[in-house]
Amino acid sequence: MMRSVLRLEHITVSDRERVGGKGFALATMIKKGLKVPDGLCIAVDGYNRYLAETGLGARILMELDRKDFAEVRWEEMWDVSLRIRNLFIKTPIPGDLRSLIESSLESELSGKPLVVRSSAPGEDSSHASFAGLHESFVNILGIDSILEHIRLVWASLWSDRALLYRQELGLDVHRSSMAVVIQELIAGERSGVTFGRNPNDPSQAVVESVYGLNQGLVEGSIEPDRWLLDRKSGTMINHHSAQRDLAVSAHTGSTRLEKLSAEKQSAPPLSDNEVAKVFRLALELEELFGSPQDVEWTFLGDELYVLQSRPITTMAGENKGDKRAWYFTLRRSFDNLKALRSRVEGELIPAMEGEAKSFAQSNPAELTDAELAKELYQRQEAHDKWLQIYWDEFIPLAHGIRLFGQVYNDTVRPDDPYEFMDLLGATEMASLERNRRLEDMAGMIREDPVLADKIRNRDYPGADHSFFKALDSFIERFGDLSCSAELCVQGRDGIIRLLLELASRPAAKERFRSTDLERLRERFLSHFEGAKRLSMEELLDLGRASYRLRDDDNIYLGMIQNQLRSALEESKNRLTGRGNLEVETLDPFEVIEALNDPDYIPQKAVAMPEESAHFDIRPRQLVGQPASPGVVRASARVITEPSNLFDFKAGEILVCDAVDPNMTFVVPLAAGVVERRGGMLIHGAIIAREYGLPCVTGIPDAASLIHTGDELTVDGYLGIVIKHS
Amino acid sequence: MAQITDSGSRKKALLREESELEQLIRELFESQKLAVLGTQNKGQPYANLIAFAASDDLKSLYFATARATRKYANIEADARVTVLIDNRSNEDSDFSQAAAVTATGTARELVDSKRDEVLAIYLTKHPMLEEFVRSPTCALLRVEVQTYYLVRRFQNVMELHVK
Repeated sequence: MMRSVLRLEHITVSDRERVGGKGFALATMIKKGLKVPDGLCIAVDGYNRYLAETGLGARILMELDRKDFAEVRWEEMWDVSLRIRNLFIKTPIPGDLRSLIESSLESELSGKPLVVRSSAPGEDSSHASFAGLHESFVNILGIDSILEHIRLVWASLWSDRALLYRQELGLDVHRSSMAVVIQELIAGERSGVTFGRNPNDPSQAVVESVYGLNQGLVEGSIEPDRWLLDRKSGTMINHHSAQRDLAVSAHTGSTRLEKLSAEKQSAPPLSDNEVAKVFRLALELEELFGSPQDVEWTFLGDELYVLQSRPITTMAGENKGDKRAWYFTLRRSFDNLKALRSRVEGELIPAMEGEAKSFAQSNPAELTDAELAKELYQRQEAHDKWLQIYWDEFIPLAHGIRLFGQVYNDTVRPDDPYEFMDLLGATEMASLERNRRLEDMAGMIREDPVLADKIRNRDYPGADHSFFKALDSFIERFGDLSCSAELCVQGRDGIIRLLLELASRPAAKERFRSTDLERLRERFLSHFEGAKRLSMEELLDLGRASYRLRDDDNIYLGMIQNQLRSALEESKNRLTGRGNLEVETLDPFEVIEALNDPDYIPQKAVAMPEESAHFDIRPRQLVGQPASPGVVRASARVITEPSNLFDFKAGEILVCDAVDPNMTFVVPLAAGVVERRGGMLIHGAIIAREYGLPCVTGIPDAASLIHTGDELTVDGYLGIVIKHS
Repeated sequence: MAQITDSGSRKKALLREESELEQLIRELFESQKLAVLGTQNKGQPYANLIAFAASDDLKSLYFATARATRKYANIEADARVTVLIDNRSNEDSDFSQAAAVTATGTARELVDSKRDEVLAIYLTKHPMLEEFVRSPTCALLRVEVQTYYLVRRFQNVMELHVK
């Protein structure tokens, strides 16, 4: 058997595929006589052995093959990788392999602080360089911690980002493997990156440098000094001086941001000679590897160490409509998320709310056709604008939930990888406040049979009755739930019907009260002390804000959507009167055309899908993602348009394409929730979890495969939905 | 050295044959992960694949299913089941060389400590089913085998009745 653990200097050409791109490049540089930190490589054999001996390999396949990858949405990708990561966290390295790694570390790197880095085969080849796709950890101390971080590096083979780009790389998910490089940490005083060739100008090279470790530069949290050089002559073209104030430095078992001394703040980290030196290093490596290199290095005293060298490539697949580049930006640092949070809370949401309110001032029914066309156009534009902002800023903020979840799982190691969500305090969300007020009004009906009778017979008491006061203040605060009061036939009557239905069954209970939350919070925080505890409190606070906004942003986007919908409904009502259009099939822009031009007929070919001549095909058992635990068997209520909501009966299962904010008020009536969109962070899942309802998400075509009245079993543990005949 | 009687040597041969058959079944069960389960609903037979494991004495077969499935409903109504385990490889040689064991017996859901005990056996064979089997909605069942029918060389059939 090949050895699973090799000293870097013992790696030969025949090991290339086993040690991954990074490991092989380091070995090549050592052979060339360059100064590289001492280290070991755990070849892919080690990873494969771990997977085979623990049975983890088969379990990862179960996760990955659960659904057709093409149908997995970004939110589900988070979940898949979270669950896989948890498998790695909870599965120790078995005895023999563990001893082998331990003894190698003992004899080579005993007692030193280390870096643990990913070295995936294929990752650093010249046609596919995806810097930072997998994880690396800096300043790891002690054997247990090292073994743990080896597993985390292995797990990062299945990070959501890696999964996303794996298709692009043409790597077979089922045959992927990962080597790990473990090296002595060189606590360099000045570090940086050299691009042997400027990606923006092939005649130049770029040198970037910061004080302290490279981590701050690579992760983007510290702005570097930057030099441009002429590639041919090596002459300096310019030097961009950074606002130097911070540096990353190593402390026992972790790294920390620290303020720079006044002396360092005023001087660039490199002298001109040193800039020339790291430039020459890049050229030397270019010759060694045969293509321009992206080189990471550090100075300890005057000694220059090479930390890493890989070919320069550009990110593949940056087409318009390719959401992955956007997805890449989702992974944000804590500081970045904090800034984003204040922008979303302080600017964007108030602006969104303001815009919805200003649209509500104008009543579509009172406009002429031409005015209505213009109004519709404006609302559509505003809607598209906010939808874009929603993607660009609100969804990335949701990463705060995940950042917290990761820390929670690493610390507490719970059986349920989603336990952290209980701690995020959904109780403070706007939609729950809305539901509580509905429940209060339903309570008034439940406890007052005289009032109930009157309402049922539409013999409404006066507007000054406390019930109607509550109703008016509710509408004032939340709108009339699904459409504007002037236009929608449901309107206020719709809410009253809903309240009667709510009153017909006992009040729904939320799962947690604030005292429970306090207890969970304390249990988590008790793992930390001092400054660490403070930073964890901050992280939790950010996680909670992200979680709340995951809900609230939907509510506010819903307000804009309602305004668009009301203008659209009025328009369609008018066009229906003309009798020459298939109004329901028109998109908003066709509606605008038609309002402006009485003779407008859209050109449209509607192809009906062919039915099978031989079989009557029905779904029986559909697989999605488990999103909230529990199991229930009940009748389905499929929501395809807002008016369906008011037919919702207590004890039915809510089935829809996507639970949007305008729907969650029926959730307390529901016995379970099923939706097409997948993931734990989607609206339906958050609300279902809050009420302790079984929920399965990510069922493709849920709303068309399932019909109202179908008898369903929703199994929120296994993530399956069964349709009984 | 004592003279061996004819009946004695026949008996010995039979014993050898029995232990060989048992060994064959044991090896077949160890080599296979999946089996076909047959249940019925009001006389309508229904077959499906299951991930199975066997007890050491071969008297029990175990499998897991979500409780909302058709097979579970069928078993609730009628506990009599059949299980087929074979080593086909989808080659011409299968006709002469493949072996198949059909078991008949009754299936019951395992609960409490008995469940935990069997769960360990089951997960040793199918570690990837850990999440599935630990779900509160997943049932672990035992088939108490009455008879095995072992088919070899296309048409050679032996019956093994559990004592």
